[in-house]
Amino acid sequence: MNPGSVPAKFKVRIDADQCMLCERCVENCPYGTYRREGEHISVDSRRCVACHRCVAMCPRDSITIEEKPVDYRSHPLWTRESREAIYNQARTGRIVLAGMGNASDLPIIFDRLLLDACQVTNPSIDPLREPMELRTYIGKKPRKLDLRKKRNGDIELKTRLHPNLRLNTPIMIGHMSYGAISLNAQLSMARAVASEGTFMGTGEGGLHPALREFQDNMIVQVASGRFGVDIDYLERGAAIEIKIGQGAKPGIGGHLPGEKIDPDISQTRMIPERSDAISPAPHHDIYSIEDLKQLVHSLKEATEWKKPVFVKIAAVHNVAAIASGIARSSADAVVIDGFRGGTGAAPRVFRDHVGIPIEAAIAAVDQKLRSQGIRNEVSIIASGGIRDAAEVTKAIALGADAIYIGTAALIAMGCRVCGTCYRGLCPWGIATQNSSLTRRLNPDVEWQHVANLIRGWTLEISELMGAAGINSIESLRGNRDRLRGYLLDEAMMNILDVQPVGA
Amino acid sequence: MCGIISVVDRSRSGMDGSSIKNALSLMDERGSGEGAGYAAYGVYPDFADYYAIHLFFNNLVEPKGAVDEILRAWGKIEHEEEIPTVEQPDLRRTRIPWRYFFKPDPTLMPGSDTPEEDIIMMLVMKINTSIQGALVFSSGKNIGVFKASGWPEAVADFYQIDQYEGYIWLAHNRYPTNTPGWWGGAHPFNLLDWSVIHNGEITSYGTNRRYIESFGYRCTMFTDTEVVAYLCDLLSRRHGLPRELMVRAFAPPFWDEIDRMKKPEMELNHAIRQTYGSALMNGPFAIVVATADGIVGFTDRIKLRPLIAAEAGDRLYIASEEAAIRRMESSLDHVWMPQAGEPVIGRVQS
Repeated sequence: MNPGSVPAKFKVRIDADQCMLCERCVENCPYGTYRREGEHISVDSRRCVACHRCVAMCPRDSITIEEKPVDYRSHPLWTRESREAIYNQARTGRIVLAGMGNASDLPIIFDRLLLDACQVTNPSIDPLREPMELRTYIGKKPRKLDLRKKRNGDIELKTRLHPNLRLNTPIMIGHMSYGAISLNAQLSMARAVASEGTFMGTGEGGLHPALREFQDNMIVQVASGRFGVDIDYLERGAAIEIKIGQGAKPGIGGHLPGEKIDPDISQTRMIPERSDAISPAPHHDIYSIEDLKQLVHSLKEATEWKKPVFVKIAAVHNVAAIASGIARSSADAVVIDGFRGGTGAAPRVFRDHVGIPIEAAIAAVDQKLRSQGIRNEVSIIASGGIRDAAEVTKAIALGADAIYIGTAALIAMGCRVCGTCYRGLCPWGIATQNSSLTRRLNPDVEWQHVANLIRGWTLEISELMGAAGINSIESLRGNRDRLRGYLLDEAMMNILDVQPVGA
Repeated sequence: MCGIISVVDRSRSGMDGSSIKNALSLMDERGSGEGAGYAAYGVYPDFADYYAIHLFFNNLVEPKGAVDEILRAWGKIEHEEEIPTVEQPDLRRTRIPWRYFFKPDPTLMPGSDTPEEDIIMMLVMKINTSIQGALVFSSGKNIGVFKASGWPEAVADFYQIDQYEGYIWLAHNRYPTNTPGWWGGAHPFNLLDWSVIHNGEITSYGTNRRYIESFGYRCTMFTDTEVVAYLCDLLSRRHGLPRELMVRAFAPPFWDEIDRMKKPEMELNHAIRQTYGSALMNGPFAIVVATADGIVGFTDRIKLRPLIAAEAGDRLYIASEEAAIRRMESSLDHVWMPQAGEPVIGRVQS
């Protein structure tokens, strides 16, 4: 079969009347779509991934990129995607890789949940005039307080609170490692979370010295590969997160190709240069919930019980029971990553077919922990394709304490969700280690964009809470009365424990 | 809307229900004739050691048989009777009010610090969720709740509350908005010693309900106020929070204020908010909670509902309107408007 028989996905056109032959498109496209040929720019549309870098950089707006119409015979079952996957695998005999989150056309539950607003019987609250509290504490909480009345009548607090992370907003940035993304991307996000009083994850790539300045706002990750993990790393983080699974690829590990392991990443990850960094699917010291509990304890012991320890799992079919086991392992928070979660690279078959939606996972986990009377003692962090402030609000109303964003933070820095992160050629300097590309992302500029995004969403959450007559985020958490299901089936509404619209 | 009024006589002198009926009737425009009720403490001196379990029965055949059976399984019914009522022209009788004076057998709840209370709480939840046609709406010792769908004066006359004498009275005139006006939905709400009257709407109801459900409580009365009675029971009886701190959990200071506190106070307030964040109540409300040893009134954190307090001798009044208080006692020593979230507490002398 001739490779050319799979048609190009995009059609790139240059308006020759507009083009001034500045060659910025040539310089900016790392995929080699453009070439200067004499007095014109020639285009190889087949190379285009629709990252839009060229469009953004063209000073004359002379470039147009369109999705190329399907030229296969239309068929309801054998879609373009299914046929092309077969052609590609017939050619290569390998697993098909894909980047970013689940690209299947499955219904998005968030879109079918509607929020409430006050009318007449209780006043909505104006966030411009009244205090609106989004401050959130993530970590273990006591079941009840132990108090003692002193002789002078004062109340003495006997309970010692567990260490918690204090968030000014329930929005955090999830774990994207140095290696998967560039140091400049990490630096931008780190400065943003420090500025907004929230946190980001390091991913499993270790903590680069340049990020130490922001370590009080960073959650260090311990994944199965244990890259970069030593006592210094653990002590620098504000919290520690054990990664068991990831929404984009539940049940499988990670792989950073050797060509990305440059000297800097090698040092940060504590692995040899140019060697593949493979995180196995299981942690080789965790084969049971008891083993997980031991690791949680070991990490707490190593850091003198001063730091909260989170455990991250992918949202899978039995997620509630798994989360319950985690909650009882003395972990301070359970992180659930839904099947829309992004990734640098995942087998396409996993990305699009394994796991469950985050909305259902939050509801099921929250309900299970409540039925066991332990919900209040552990935090729930939800992630996986959260796109706006309404979805944050809905996730919290379903039962999350806070959320992680990932892709949204990358988009704030310029990512166009072209889904080709796994090729390491990210033209925006995000998912790449190529210095000619990484220098395109200026942390002194981009941190502000990420901070603006978090601030903007936070303001919107305040407004949504105010409209619902709520001035403290504690009263939004698990408040499913403030949600209604629209065109959701009854079984799903039972899982979510929400009423239909009109009820 | 909704009108609330309460009074405690700190010297335990009894008051009959006639004056609070008049006071509540003054606030008729705060209701819609779809619910009113009264709670009185000290009304059953002859059965002071027994739990006075008040129920609404739909009929006296199936549901009553089931309730009799379950009560007998868990203790002894000392006395039972239909609560005396007098038909009123503008009150449609849809339920049969009944009362049992009941003593639970504490040996049946081993491992509990408060076995009698835990048995009563369990029985209330069990009857209300599993016996169709029976609803327990009052379950404290020496306490009676008298409520129905109707105007304040009709409900008072229906139960003849001027025949009862109590040292604490709570009264409520309802303007139902979110949920239908029905006998079970009228205030006060009660569990064990706790009785609650409330004006407003608790927008955190979903959070509060799911929080207390994880401790075994079940909401069955279709209104947001029910959770307040259960939260009081959880935080005060089961978790041992003093009343001031219980109110602090319900309507805590803002984080900015907590940040400015001195260290021990700051740590205490931090601990309350972090531990009891799910008990925090949001939305507009003015609430009065009573137990056998006093009353406490408080509003939401930005005071979106009115609350007035006044003193006259041994009596402390808390109400929606000063005029209603003055209907009960025209000569007041001191009248004030409590700050948002600030509790007003009236304790009975021990």
